[in-house]
Amino acid sequence: MQKLISKDAVMDNQWTLLKVATGPEILQAVPGRNFIVPFKFWKLYREELNDYGGNIAIWLNSDEDISEIGNALHSLPLIALNFPVFSDGRSYTNARELRQRYEYKGEVRAIGDVLRDQLYYMAQCGFDSFELRNDQDTDLCLNAFEDFSTNYQATIAEPTPLFRRR
Amino acid sequence: MYRYDGYDQQMLAERVAQFRDQTKRYMDGQLSDTEFLPLRLQNGLYIQRLAPMLRIAVPYGMLCSRQLRKLAYIANHYDKGYAHFTTRQNIQFNWPHLNDVPDLLADLAEVEMHAIQTSGNCIRNTTTDQFAGVAVDELEDSRGYCEIIRQWSTFHPEFAYLPRKFKIAVCGTAIDQAATQVHDIGIYIVKGPNEEIGFRILAGGGLGRTPVIGQEIFEFVEKKHLLTALEAILRVYNREGRRDNKYKARIKILVKEIGVEEFKNKVFQEWELIKDSALTLTDEELNRCLGFFNSPDYDDLPDSPAALIENLQSDLLFAAWHTQNVKPHKKPGYSIVTLCFKETGVAPGDVTDRQLEQIADLADRYSFGEIRISHEQNIVMADVQQDQLYELWKQLKSGAMASHNLGLLTDVICCPGGDFCALANAKSIPIAEAIQRKFDDHEELSNIGEMNLNISGCMNACGHHHVGNIGILGVDKKGEEYYQISLGGSSKNEASLGKIIGPSFAQEEIPDVVENIVSVYKDRRHEGEKFIDTYNRIGLDPFKEKVYAKAD
Repeated sequence: MQKLISKDAVMDNQWTLLKVATGPEILQAVPGRNFIVPFKFWKLYREELNDYGGNIAIWLNSDEDISEIGNALHSLPLIALNFPVFSDGRSYTNARELRQRYEYKGEVRAIGDVLRDQLYYMAQCGFDSFELRNDQDTDLCLNAFEDFSTNYQATIAEPTPLFRRR
Repeated sequence: MYRYDGYDQQMLAERVAQFRDQTKRYMDGQLSDTEFLPLRLQNGLYIQRLAPMLRIAVPYGMLCSRQLRKLAYIANHYDKGYAHFTTRQNIQFNWPHLNDVPDLLADLAEVEMHAIQTSGNCIRNTTTDQFAGVAVDELEDSRGYCEIIRQWSTFHPEFAYLPRKFKIAVCGTAIDQAATQVHDIGIYIVKGPNEEIGFRILAGGGLGRTPVIGQEIFEFVEKKHLLTALEAILRVYNREGRRDNKYKARIKILVKEIGVEEFKNKVFQEWELIKDSALTLTDEELNRCLGFFNSPDYDDLPDSPAALIENLQSDLLFAAWHTQNVKPHKKPGYSIVTLCFKETGVAPGDVTDRQLEQIADLADRYSFGEIRISHEQNIVMADVQQDQLYELWKQLKSGAMASHNLGLLTDVICCPGGDFCALANAKSIPIAEAIQRKFDDHEELSNIGEMNLNISGCMNACGHHHVGNIGILGVDKKGEEYYQISLGGSSKNEASLGKIIGPSFAQEEIPDVVENIVSVYKDRRHEGEKFIDTYNRIGLDPFKEKVYAKAD
């Protein structure tokens, strides 16, 4: 089981991540759960998913276009953004766009190649939960959010840039 | 120059601690090579052919004497007694040990220096004209804006894992000395419709494998929108720049593939959203940052004092140096002095710890304790009193720093090449030396006149060969080192990329090839015409004919 953390603590994972999903029948097999389904799958089977008894969230890969989520965005309790490899930086921008352009208020979760040394930047860009890669040490990861005491930039976590606070 | 406050110092200390921890985890086997790679690169650390190479950031090329002395200490303590000026106004050390790097960075932090984002797929050190603030033809000093950009780009959480490296240059002078148009983003300080100062912003320029001149994205933006405009460009690039092929990942490829109009649309869509957000610069911040670069306490002095005129007449060597290395200053009675680090037999840009100390002492005595590094790998003392030039020159002479070949053929711009760099196809330093040996007569060099010769050991083009009047590129031909020659490049206002003259040459042929090129120019030039202008007038063919002519 992969460990999930917020900026402050280890979290209980209420969601099951479906990395791959072929058809809606997969959900029928386990009724009443909370699933994070692939974005493509969600686009194909939105009608069927409406009838599902549990909660549905989506995950997007780094090359998927968040603008395609459309109006349904605000009814989604959680959006997960994938890091196929930690060095693929697109999900930082996608997280920020979700928060700033689309004013998404739900949970934004980092999934995939999520490592200790990138957590600080992720948190600044608007992620609030982090599903760590299996080999990561939870305690070390929780320290990562204190790597820096402030930023120069205007970020999601600190919208006022340093030059307006000096 | 800019001085750190508590925030800057605190973040820098946190960075040193962070990298110390990362290095320790790497040594303990908790971080893989792949995971450590971008972390060390973003702290300037390469693993090279012989040892790690550490690239230290020199923001927009400015250093004070205190920093120079620290660099001398580092050269002596962690390296083999020398340092290297790069073509992007930074400094490199070639011999530090990985274990020592955290301590070295802590030493640097004591003098407000670091190696942050000097490498890796992130926003690199912002560069500018080495004469910023003292040039006669300047609209406004660019350094304050560079500092604003430095802070915005330092540890930007969204842009630490870009598709590829990203370089920004700012130019505030009429004559562009910053190679602005071949940067990922090039910024010109310009006057707007109501005579107010603002920026013209280009994007998509670059050298490397596919050299491109940048295209205009913002015709004019007000000062306060500088950061929002940059952030909008970076956001589009981070999301849409190619990540499938390292050689197609620079912003220039994105701009080319989707077209500049489409790229602009996307940027403007992003910009609309953030244009008047908290990131909009305040007058207080503009004044704060620009205020660090106010002119030093100049005395009221006359231009061309009698003592100088006398020394120029009585000492011909001094006069030769003065003609080549001393440039006019905006303030009467002062001059801009460039120390040319292109002595034959010394790798271009190399400087010893002793020289660093001497430069620091001379800067304290003659130039308000500050110097700049130029992208031509030389050192500039920006504020020297004209009546002290002779004294300064004598001291430079005794320290072997009085080369008077600035801007001439032997002022070669050159990357470290195959002697040091793991990426290189071919050596570059010995080529520079062979050319310097061939052209060892100063009178002849002066007769040839202004000429840029640039050498890169590989396609990555650290020696900026595409924009050399003569460009030399090391290539690999079936395991042998060969050199391709291009002509007609320029990094000045009318930027142009050199054209390849023909099949490549063996190392030993290069000095003669250069001599042939020069001889065509000398035969065909009009009175007072520079090499680049003759080339533009007569084209490539006459040079080609001569260079590939069969021996009689």
